[in-house]
Amino acid sequence: MTPPPHPALRVRNLRKAFADATAVDGLDLEVRAGECFGLLGPNGAGKTTTIEICEGLTAADSGQVEVLGLTWATQAGELRQRLGIQLQDTQLSDKLTVTETLRLFRSFFRRGPEVAEVIARVQLEEKAASRVGGLSGGQKQRLALACALAGDPDFLFLDEPTTGLDPQARRQLWDLIERFRASGRTILLTTHYMDEAERLCDRVAIMDHGKTIAQGTPRELIASIGGEHLIEFSAGDATVGLNCEVLSRIEGIRDVRREPGSVRLMVTELHRAVPALLDELTRQHIPLTELRTHSATLEDVFVGLTGRHLRDE
Amino acid sequence: MSNRSFRDHPLVQLTLVRFREFLREPEALFWVFIFPILLAAGLGIAFRNRPAEVIRVVTPSAALARALRSEKGLDARQVSAAQAAAQLRSGKAALVVSGAPPGVLFRYDDTNPEGRTARMLADAAIQRAAGRTDPVRSSDSLVREPGSRYIDFLVPGLLGMNLMGSAIWGMGFAIVDARRKKLMKRLIATPMPRRYYLMSFVFSRLALLVIEVVAVLGFAVLAFGVPLRGPVWVLGGMCVLGSLSFCALGLLIASRVRTIEAASGLMNTAMMPMWVLSGVFFSSQRFPDAVLPLIRALPLTAVIDALRANMLQGAGAAQVAPQAGVLGIWIVVCFAVALKLFRWK
Repeated sequence: MTPPPHPALRVRNLRKAFADATAVDGLDLEVRAGECFGLLGPNGAGKTTTIEICEGLTAADSGQVEVLGLTWATQAGELRQRLGIQLQDTQLSDKLTVTETLRLFRSFFRRGPEVAEVIARVQLEEKAASRVGGLSGGQKQRLALACALAGDPDFLFLDEPTTGLDPQARRQLWDLIERFRASGRTILLTTHYMDEAERLCDRVAIMDHGKTIAQGTPRELIASIGGEHLIEFSAGDATVGLNCEVLSRIEGIRDVRREPGSVRLMVTELHRAVPALLDELTRQHIPLTELRTHSATLEDVFVGLTGRHLRDE
Repeated sequence: MSNRSFRDHPLVQLTLVRFREFLREPEALFWVFIFPILLAAGLGIAFRNRPAEVIRVVTPSAALARALRSEKGLDARQVSAAQAAAQLRSGKAALVVSGAPPGVLFRYDDTNPEGRTARMLADAAIQRAAGRTDPVRSSDSLVREPGSRYIDFLVPGLLGMNLMGSAIWGMGFAIVDARRKKLMKRLIATPMPRRYYLMSFVFSRLALLVIEVVAVLGFAVLAFGVPLRGPVWVLGGMCVLGSLSFCALGLLIASRVRTIEAASGLMNTAMMPMWVLSGVFFSSQRFPDAVLPLIRALPLTAVIDALRANMLQGAGAAQVAPQAGVLGIWIVVCFAVALKLFRWK
């Protein structure tokens, strides 16, 4: 299959303001056909507004949106047939069964798999005749995904697909999403879970205050902060007297950041940096109370760019 | 789409969903089907027509008591003069007869129709006993016909009230609930034609209407012998027009509201005046003439007036045309405004 001539989604200089806040502030995005693209950002970053504008559910104040080479203004009917959409916290009717719900959604689309096949794809066969009201959170979320798949979409939009689910239910949903991506279709998902973005997404845009502040593959983004590892340590009250200047000159340490009660170091070569750091702390007579290291994640990218954590409320 | 079955048409699926949601809601079933029947049964029993009552008259005289007993409409008792006075005061007796022929005295309250009736019956009985012969012979033929009882008046009122409640609540709650749960937003994210969504509410309502009308009228006819004198198709047509006008009103009420509480308030505000003014339990003619044209313009008044005229007086299409016209205007105006205002998200 030759790749289509246009990207699956092209967003140019998108803006949207609500009465109380600017939700999207000059956003640019490009999602390639066949990739899974993640919008990662804290709550209130403008992810949902952005995805709903792309889904044709919210009108933008200005900017261009092109989905599958089509625009909402002129080809909405065609677009609706080709998109699969899952909204954040939709409550499907509790009184209908899984099969009845999917049969309803299936009836809206010109083409698509049989209802039983969609149910099998999201592994809800045992619940096919059960009322939606009796499903667990994870099962409801899989049903919502099934509704999005009812029209055999070319492009799947998922808004916070695993928020509020337990770890097992999240992994199950990730498997289903990966299977859809493996069939060559495009996905745009929003999330505030860095592990979700790292696991599912080919490329990620990090959003904050209605703008993208970084874009690339998870690996590129992690590399961009200058180190693959992080060291976090605290030394109680003695942290105040610490000379950070000296630490940043240690070989392998790229960045030193003081946080309330602890210090974060961005590190390229952990095996060299740790002994050198311990020596330096001993020399400065700083007693360690805690020392942790981990591989850098998208969370660290966000912290590096904004100084805040993704899940700060 | 020719290879897909009729059942998989989106409009059919949406209507089926409405139907299932309704039938799986026990409370809704109660209010739509059971409640009006219980109400009709209760009121029918409370206001049933009793046999004509006999009136108690008292007298201290044995001769007068004998004369009075010849009249079937009177319950004549001989008591002491003091007891007679006490019974009249307390309302147990409507009339005290004292004295003896040729001069008798009637003591009664002339503002009480029972007292006046008792006086006439007692006087006639005493005169006949004293030997009066009437120049004209009269005889009675008693008429107690269905159609003029309170239950006959009540059933069309209850049916109208039921059509209003089920349509307005059915539309209002379902739409606001779907909007609140973002289900409506999810549906418009599919290629579903929006008009199908709204049409499904109307179609499921009309289908339920058949069950509802048959249940209420069937009960009224079988249990109380309420007459259906007019053409049944006119009756059915007026039920459909009525239900459509209430659907339109319900849609208008629900067109922008986001919470169930706000919808409840609006629905009650719209329905309360009609419950009082539109003649469900008593004739709306009792209100001052100046406001009658306004009351007749209310959709519930139009439905109830037309149902009563059809069921009780046998009115056909021509006679209920004014009411049909009122309902038609409500349908067109409310649907048009509701579609303009409707909030899909």
